[in-house]
Amino acid sequence: MNRLLKKVDWINLLIPVVSVVLGLLCGAIIMLIIGYNPLLAYQSIVESIFLQPYYGGETIRAMIPLVLAGLAVAFAFRTGLFNIGVEGQLMAGWLASVACAIIFGHLPKVVLLPLSILAGGAAGALWGYIPGLLKAKFKVHEVISTIMMNYIALYSTAYIIKNFLYTEGERTPTIPHAASLASPFLANLTQGSRLHWGFIVAIIAVLAMWFILWKTPKGYELRAVGFSPDASKYAGMNVSRNIILSLTISGVFAGLGGAMEGLGTYQYMTINSAFTGIGFNGIAVALLGLNTPVGVLLSGALFAGLQTGGLTMQSVAGVPVELIQIIIALIIFFVGSGYVIKWALGRLSRKGHK
Amino acid sequence: MFKKRIAVLVAFVVVMASVLAGCGNGKSSGDSATKKSAFKAGMVTDTGGVDDKSFNQSAWEGLKDFAKDNDLKTGTGVKYLQSTQASDYSPNLNTMIHQNFNVVYGIGFLMQSDVQKIAEQNPKAKLGIVDAVAVDKNNKPLKNVASITFKEQQGSFLVGVVAGLTTKTNKVGFIGGINSALIKKFENGFKAGVKTVNPKAEVYAQYAGAFDAPDKGRAIAQTIYTKGADIIYASAGNTGNGVFTEAKNRTKNGKKVWVIGVDKDQHDQGLPENVTLTSMVKRVDKAIYDVTKQTKAGKFPGGKVLEFGLEQNGVGIAPTTENVSKKALDAVNDYKGKIIDGSITVPTTDKELKEYLANLK
Repeated sequence: MNRLLKKVDWINLLIPVVSVVLGLLCGAIIMLIIGYNPLLAYQSIVESIFLQPYYGGETIRAMIPLVLAGLAVAFAFRTGLFNIGVEGQLMAGWLASVACAIIFGHLPKVVLLPLSILAGGAAGALWGYIPGLLKAKFKVHEVISTIMMNYIALYSTAYIIKNFLYTEGERTPTIPHAASLASPFLANLTQGSRLHWGFIVAIIAVLAMWFILWKTPKGYELRAVGFSPDASKYAGMNVSRNIILSLTISGVFAGLGGAMEGLGTYQYMTINSAFTGIGFNGIAVALLGLNTPVGVLLSGALFAGLQTGGLTMQSVAGVPVELIQIIIALIIFFVGSGYVIKWALGRLSRKGHK
Repeated sequence: MFKKRIAVLVAFVVVMASVLAGCGNGKSSGDSATKKSAFKAGMVTDTGGVDDKSFNQSAWEGLKDFAKDNDLKTGTGVKYLQSTQASDYSPNLNTMIHQNFNVVYGIGFLMQSDVQKIAEQNPKAKLGIVDAVAVDKNNKPLKNVASITFKEQQGSFLVGVVAGLTTKTNKVGFIGGINSALIKKFENGFKAGVKTVNPKAEVYAQYAGAFDAPDKGRAIAQTIYTKGADIIYASAGNTGNGVFTEAKNRTKNGKKVWVIGVDKDQHDQGLPENVTLTSMVKRVDKAIYDVTKQTKAGKFPGGKVLEFGLEQNGVGIAPTTENVSKKALDAVNDYKGKIIDGSITVPTTDKELKEYLANLK
């Protein structure tokens, strides 16, 4: 029995790895068909990320919001909730952190920076709390309400910037230095990339998710609700409160992701006419990372690498950058069809034991 | 047995990899030998992509023309990198600088802050920015950036003249994309042109709030046409396509209305109902071509704010003029001369427009 469990775990772990390999392989075949050189393309990705500090730095930079968005999705998923609203929570957090930094610009760095980061997290929390409340009290399906909250965030952030925080270039003013996560030290280290201290926030968030879910009684409740709401209720847990709590914490992660973009990468917020895509990629990151903190960190790294590497692939191998999106989609497709992979692997191993 | 199957799988992957490698090597060794300190010019598109039917595409056409005239290869001598999201601008610009491109253009004002930052980090690199002025922290133009701007108000004035002389209802419309300093230049130039030749005419101006929302463009066009306007100047990128849809519908139903296109000659877009009166063309391609040419000749206009107006043929009315009356065309030529010799200064802001209109009376 024990051995069987071990094997199942092992296969579960193998699915994302096999999916990535298959995704890259299919991507290579597509490139061959269109007439590009897949080996040169992949080689350029690996070389740029690992050998050129600039792209290494940019990869870690891209990883920060992706990991936080992935954690947000994974956290809610552990309570059996699909948080499709990471995109909106991220935008709310982005604007709140930038606005806080600008409004309280006179404060010293030790106060302003944590305050701005917290403002981002709080705004994300609010954006997660509302669908949580609707779900818990009125049984409004969270998929629908979070999607709608995305649109509310998209257009209200645009409105607020336009009317209260506008500067030339369709964006907010640049945040004061005291609120910035950017660091000349990290930039110099990576040939002027936009790598910033936000990676520490991302790592803390990874640890926080693990700690909350697996080391606290509340986390046990949250996971129990995810396994079976009815059984949890029978066991005396307050299911509605756990639903609200789960989406709120999920929103905090997403909001922090937005704050990292605002205080780290851009130092301002643009008026977005469309979604940033980070939140939606977060769903993929969580899926590939099997909704575990470490998995999210790893798959976030992979996605960030593909995104940044996709740009060098475009410039070195001449492969259109859209192809990277296709490869990412393929990987997700294979993760989604994990059952098929599981079945194939199971067959392989069962025959082996005959 | 299990291990054997895994081994077969691994073998398959290895074979695949070496097959792929075989295909690859021939190509890559070929072109790396040919490019040695040859002139290279690159551009980074904004998220609109290279085939946006607007300024990204136009800029790339400029580079392609330059390549043709100078025997450069497309893809190596001149090249573009596309951005799928705003965070791609900076790595894309940096990539081209690391690859020693002689000049790298950021297309569109959205890239302004990225271009500024990278220009400061790489003082030896030569950059260009379209539709914005790159400045340092003290608001002084950066020495290694050529800022390419256009006098859109002048071209808009001319299409305003056409509109003012063509309207039968004495009512014309203006639909803008995002209400910004840039699009205000279009609006105020247009209003000035209309009022100059037709003081009785009314101009309804409205903004859609987006460059990529044809549905909103159509809804606003509906409102403005219903108010009695018979010509709308759509200065709204893809949003303007909705204006075309509405105009075609009305024309099909027997009520002839016109659209004035923007950026490129949009005559074909008005077919088959033939609703394009004229277009205000903005020659991003020509500007890019000129700056690249100067760079190649060693005269990179760094630190300068280049303004492409009527005089430089940077803006103007479209070459297709079959729907414009002789009288209007003559007036256009007349006013073109007056703008170039400086006897008319076309307003760009609301305040300047007010002063301009006050002086007309």
